[in-house]
Amino acid sequence: MAARAGRRVPAALLIPAGLGLLFLVLPLAGLLIRAPWTTLPQRLAEPGVLTALRLSLVTATLATALCLVLGVPLAWLLARVEFRGRRLVRALVTVPLVLPPVVGGVALLLVFGRRGLVGEWLDSAFGVTLPFTTAGVVLAEAFVAMPFLVIAVEGALRGADTRYEEAAATLGAGRWTTFTHVTLPLVAPGVAAGAVLCWARALGEFGATITFAGNFPGRTQTMPLAVYLALETDLQAAIVLSLILLAVSVTILAALRDKWITSP
Amino acid sequence: MSLDAHLVVDRGGFRLDVRLAIDNGEVVALLGPNGAGKTTALRALAGLQELSAGHITLGGEALHQTPPERRPIGVVFQDYLLFPHLSALDNVAFGPRRHGVGRHAARERAAGWLDRVGLSGYTNRKPRQLSGGQAQRVALARALAVEPALLLLDEPLAALDARTRLDTRTELHRHLAEHPGATLLVTHDPLDALVLADRLVIVEDGRVVQEGDAATITAQPRTDYVARLVGLNLYRGHATGHTVTLRDGFTLTATDRLDGDAFVAFPPSAVALHPHQPDGSPRNTWPATIAGIQRHGDNLRVQLDGPIVVAADITPAAAAHLHLAPGQTVWAAVKATETRAYPAG
Repeated sequence: MAARAGRRVPAALLIPAGLGLLFLVLPLAGLLIRAPWTTLPQRLAEPGVLTALRLSLVTATLATALCLVLGVPLAWLLARVEFRGRRLVRALVTVPLVLPPVVGGVALLLVFGRRGLVGEWLDSAFGVTLPFTTAGVVLAEAFVAMPFLVIAVEGALRGADTRYEEAAATLGAGRWTTFTHVTLPLVAPGVAAGAVLCWARALGEFGATITFAGNFPGRTQTMPLAVYLALETDLQAAIVLSLILLAVSVTILAALRDKWITSP
Repeated sequence: MSLDAHLVVDRGGFRLDVRLAIDNGEVVALLGPNGAGKTTALRALAGLQELSAGHITLGGEALHQTPPERRPIGVVFQDYLLFPHLSALDNVAFGPRRHGVGRHAARERAAGWLDRVGLSGYTNRKPRQLSGGQAQRVALARALAVEPALLLLDEPLAALDARTRLDTRTELHRHLAEHPGATLLVTHDPLDALVLADRLVIVEDGRVVQEGDAATITAQPRTDYVARLVGLNLYRGHATGHTVTLRDGFTLTATDRLDGDAFVAFPPSAVALHPHQPDGSPRNTWPATIAGIQRHGDNLRVQLDGPIVVAADITPAAAAHLHLAPGQTVWAAVKATETRAYPAG
C-alpha cells in the first residue's frame, strides 16, 4: 500500500478496509477450497452443464445487444437533448436498478405475459409468446441490465468534449452523422465498459428470469438457475456450476479490461 | 461585401453587439482582451451560438437561421479539435465527405490539402502523434477543404510555443492570402493581428471600439487597451490649439493643432527622465514618482506615477546614471514634436 512517507494509515480506516476486502474475497476462496477438483472433469462433461452454460452466454450476449441498440440512443437523449421531464426519465431508467429482480419479473409478466398489456396483442397479432421462452430470458435479463449500460454511456457522453461535435457540425455533419462518426467513437471506451457491466449483470440474472421465463432446462434454465436447482439436490454440482460462472465472468472481465475499460 | 453581419448576443449580463463586414479575399482580425466577446462573435457566425438579434448575410444569402452544418463556413478552433480517432487524412476528408464528395475523391482532396500545408508525409498520423504546429496545419487544411465562403480562425496560434508560432504565423499568412473567400481571425495577440490581417476590428466589452488598418490603429489608438497593445501612452482631454487639457487639469503640448475633444499619444521612448527640472526647450515636463522598473527588450521600462500615469523607456546606462529606484522622484519630459494629438469625437 502506497502511503506517503511519514503518514500512517489510521487503524480506524485500515481495519474496516481490511475486513471489507476479506468479506468480498473469502466466499470466493471458499468456493475454490470446497470445489470437488478430482471429479471436476466428469462433472463438467455432464450434458446439462454445457447446455446451461451455452444458454447463459447466448442470452446474456443477446440481452447486451438489445441493451446497446436501445440503451445507447436513450443515453444520448438524456445526455444531449434538453427536454421537459428529463429528470423524471433519468429516474425511471434507474428504477430497475433498485427494483428487486423478482418484482421486475412479475411486472414483465403483467405486461408481456399471455394475458398482459402487450403480450396479449403480441399473441393475437403475431402468435408470439414471450414468457417461459428463451426470448423471455433475454427480455428479463435486458430489463434488469439496461440501466447499467444507460448510466455508463450517459456518463461517458457527459464527460466527452462536446466541442468535437461542434467541430463536426461546422464541417457539414448533421446530428446523426455526428453521432455515428464522432460521438460514438469518442465514447467507445465508455460504451464498452457499460456493455461489459451490462453483460455481467445479465449473466448473473436470476430473479426476473425465473419469474418471467421459468426454469426449463435447455430453454430458460441459465447457469444461476441451474446453480439454485442443484443446490437443493447436489451441493457438489452447485459448486461446480458456480465455479464455472465465476471463471467465465472473471476471464471475460479481465480480457476486456486491458482492451477497453482502461481509458485510452 | 461578402460577409455582412450584425451580431447581437445576450448572455447573462453580457451583451455582444458587433457589426462586421468582410470582402472576399480580405482578412479581418477581431482583436480584443479576454472576455471581450470575440469567441462569442465567431461562434455566432459559425451557428454554434444563437443570435439574440441582428443578421448574418454571406454572399447575399441570409444565414442566421441556417444550422451550422449547412453554413458555407470553415472553422479553425483554438485547440484545433482534430478528431482523435481519425488520421490526419481522414480528419481533412471529413468535411468533403459530409458535403457529398465520394470516399475516394474526398481522400484525394484531403491529401492535396495536406500537401499544400506541407504535411504530405503525415497522412496516416493520428492527432496525438502530431506536434502542435502540425496539428494547427491539419486543422487549417480541414477547415479549407470544404472550400468555405467564410473562414473563421479562433486564436489559431495561441496554443503554440514561441518558436513554432513564428514559423506557423508566416505560413498561415501565405494560406490566408490564397484563400479566395472572406476570413475572420479572432485573436488577443496584436502581432498575429498585424501580421495576418488586412484590417483590424477591436472589441472591448462586446462592442467595437475601433477599426481600421494597422497603420491608423497603431498611430491613433482610441482606448487604453489599444494604446497598450501598440505600446503608446494615451490620454484623453480637451484641445485648444496646441494645448490639450486632461480631465484633472494637467496640460500637454502637442505640435498638432486642433480644438475640441482629443487624444494625445506618445511612445514610451519619447519620455526622458531627469534628476532635476530641465529648462529651455518647449517641453512637457512634470515631477513623477517611479512606481516600477522592468526589463523591456534592451531597455528598461519605467512606470511613473504623478499627475499622469506614464511608461518611459530608457537605456540601462541612463538608468544607472540616474540611480533609479522605485519610490524615487524624477522629472519627466516629453517633446511636443514627439506627441500626436487627434480628435476623439
